[in-house]
Amino acid sequence: MLKVCLSGPLQAAADGAASVSISAMTIRELLRELVEQYPGMQKQLDDGIAVSVNGEIFRDSWSEEIPESAEIFLLPRIQGG
Amino acid sequence: MANDTKFRNRKFKAVGTRPPRPDGLDKVTGRAKYGADTFAPGQLVGRVLRSPHAHAQITRIDTSKAEKLNGVKAVITSKDLPDLTDGDSDLYDTLENCMARDRALYDGHAVAAVAAIDAPTARKALKLIRVTYTILPHVTDVDEAIKPDAPIVQPRVYTSGVSPKPKSPSNVARVSEFGHGDVEAGFKAADIIVEKSYKTEQTHQGYIEPHACLASVGPDGHGELWVTTQGHFVFRNTCAALLGMDVAKLTVTPSEVGGGFGGKTHVWMEPIALALSRKANRPVKLEMTRNEVFRSTGPTSSTSIDVKIGVKKNGRITAASAYLRYHDGAFPGIWAMLGAMTSYACYDLKNVKTVGYDILVNRPKVGAYRAPSAPMAAFAVESTINEVATKIGMDPIDFRIKNAAKEGTKSSYGPTYGPIGIGPTLAAVKKHPHMRAQLKKNQGRGMACGFWFNFGGETCTDLNICVDGTVTLTVGTVDLSGSRTSLSLIAAEELGIPYERVKCNISDTASLGHNDMTDGSRGTFSSGMSIIFAARNAIDDLCQRAADTWGIPVKDVVWKDGRALAKGKKHRKLKSLSLDDLAAASSNTGGPIAGHSQIVADGAGVSFASHICDIEVDPETSATKVVRYTVIQDAGKAVHPDYVEGQFQGGAAQGIGWALNEEYVYDENGRLQNPGFLDYRVPVCSDLPFIDTQILEIPNPNHPYGIRGVGETSIVPPLAAIGNAVSDVAGVRMTHVPMSPPRIRKAIKDKQA
Repeated sequence: MLKVCLSGPLQAAADGAASVSISAMTIRELLRELVEQYPGMQKQLDDGIAVSVNGEIFRDSWSEEIPESAEIFLLPRIQGG
Repeated sequence: MANDTKFRNRKFKAVGTRPPRPDGLDKVTGRAKYGADTFAPGQLVGRVLRSPHAHAQITRIDTSKAEKLNGVKAVITSKDLPDLTDGDSDLYDTLENCMARDRALYDGHAVAAVAAIDAPTARKALKLIRVTYTILPHVTDVDEAIKPDAPIVQPRVYTSGVSPKPKSPSNVARVSEFGHGDVEAGFKAADIIVEKSYKTEQTHQGYIEPHACLASVGPDGHGELWVTTQGHFVFRNTCAALLGMDVAKLTVTPSEVGGGFGGKTHVWMEPIALALSRKANRPVKLEMTRNEVFRSTGPTSSTSIDVKIGVKKNGRITAASAYLRYHDGAFPGIWAMLGAMTSYACYDLKNVKTVGYDILVNRPKVGAYRAPSAPMAAFAVESTINEVATKIGMDPIDFRIKNAAKEGTKSSYGPTYGPIGIGPTLAAVKKHPHMRAQLKKNQGRGMACGFWFNFGGETCTDLNICVDGTVTLTVGTVDLSGSRTSLSLIAAEELGIPYERVKCNISDTASLGHNDMTDGSRGTFSSGMSIIFAARNAIDDLCQRAADTWGIPVKDVVWKDGRALAKGKKHRKLKSLSLDDLAAASSNTGGPIAGHSQIVADGAGVSFASHICDIEVDPETSATKVVRYTVIQDAGKAVHPDYVEGQFQGGAAQGIGWALNEEYVYDENGRLQNPGFLDYRVPVCSDLPFIDTQILEIPNPNHPYGIRGVGETSIVPPLAAIGNAVSDVAGVRMTHVPMSPPRIRKAIKDKQA
């Protein structure tokens, strides 16, 4: 089981939880499972999301494998100039 | 190896050198083609009618007289841009911002447009359009907009990011909270607490080239768009969606770009040009005036920020918080969220809490501006950091070093850092001769730190070997500041050939797969990675062709210094084959030689900078002069050091203007009073000293060459560095940007009173 930490703006979509437990091998599995547990998260995914795996931020590489006991942090997708 | 992104301590030959930029000659001789510099047979001139009101109901638009005017070929309103957004709220916001529907939401909001045979006819037609408005109450100030009696800007917007969902609309579009630990406990443990409030005013990116495009849509549904943009693929997708076109049938070609800095990542008028062309069945050229650029494109937020920092007498921060109110203009954005994420990213904090409030006002839709939202947050936090250091009698640099984030620090926005450069930039500040230089009378010194995320994204690249062994690159990230040179250096490095043998071209949207925009400091990072992989792809092909030529297994062939070599004693009589040899023989070894790469470039690596600034303040007039400025920043690996230094200097110059002069000024009716470069004053060369730079290279572990983005971070520290310098010489904490002479005088007088 991975402990997935949710940044503030995403917590509202997970009934206010600061973190959730998810079983997943890849980012895609993680996001799929997250939406199954919290359907309100789909809107966040549609708006854009980024996943930090051990400090490295992935925006689009959903096939990325997640190491066991990795630190997972979900962030809103950001914009740049 | 082919798509291995890890940095492996590579030694470079081409990367890190400083060849002249290939686009330089065209740009200084006027041959370069910008957004307004292309023409089509039979093209029309487009013009846009804009609201003079900050907030008004549009009860009627009568275009009949304009349509009857000789030479007018099309008149459009929002009816010609029907809602095809299918519930996508962001896309609908873009549609409504391009052309007002039932309400004008800010001074400058487009309400109608014409296409005519020439500019005088188009201008005359605009005057014949009759718009009936019912003026509504408006609000343009970020703090006024959250008061209970403030007019609601968007009745469809309910505050997001809070639970439970609100039952009534609000000007607070989004609340975003970040942090960790127990902030209240941290403040209780502090020996000293400093609380301060700050304001920053709205600024524009100030690019020299106004928005311009040439649109052509035929009756068969096919279209072309020539445009100044930071992301032609994204423009294509957005415009096609808004106009109901098949994406593949709209080809977008990017022009040279005369400055963007984030302001050309959004569509503002391109859908209007396409809609006019579709209705007129003729090409339409649409150019903004400077007045329109200021009133109708995407400046940054004005802000109001409260900061609180608690500290032990030994200099360790025990807790920190920030409440950040950023205006989004008339449409929801993520600008306060970015401010909340970046506020304390430079520091290693056990207890931290930041809350961003994105707030709607009757001003233009806020757009990205170089490390968007980070400079304002840094101004508030870095000013308070200096106040705290002063209160405990500690040198501000030593205080920052003591509390700086490092590898393994849990960042204030969540994730744990890998190798980062804030510590090295601070150490470099401490050692820099600038810090030891004697100040003269009426001069003060300040320094500050800054952070930006950087990101990568979708990238698609082609590399083709020509028959003479020269190489063409086809990339889809727009060149804003010399990336064609940097990407050519990377291709030369990987192939082992001279830089002069490589030519880099920016493709149109029909020639490559999707590329994300050149934003987020991603151009050289992402396309550089993609070119490395495309080159490795081509090298595999070259080795196979050499093996076939020699009649040996490909496993016995290696590529080194631009040549195929046969390995092992048994092949010692085989003479190496150069790229030129293999290219010349290509027709008989399988035809064209090429490499291709399509990737998602992730792992961009965060970026830090520290700036030092000396300011002189005239004791009589409070006029300011920047007398010395130094930028120290981590570049990962500087592919072309001239360009990296240029990015450092450019960000600092824009930050200096933001800190000292630039400001949107609205009157009581919500009308912008200074939409031009005479009244909105950006710094020019004579206002600035030579900006000194120091490049640090802490390799990004997630890029084959260790590259990090460098384009944005340099605008983050200047507001705070200058604020600290002005406060040093004025003897009073400056809390309002821009620090114009009247504000400095008022701050000094208030203190004396």
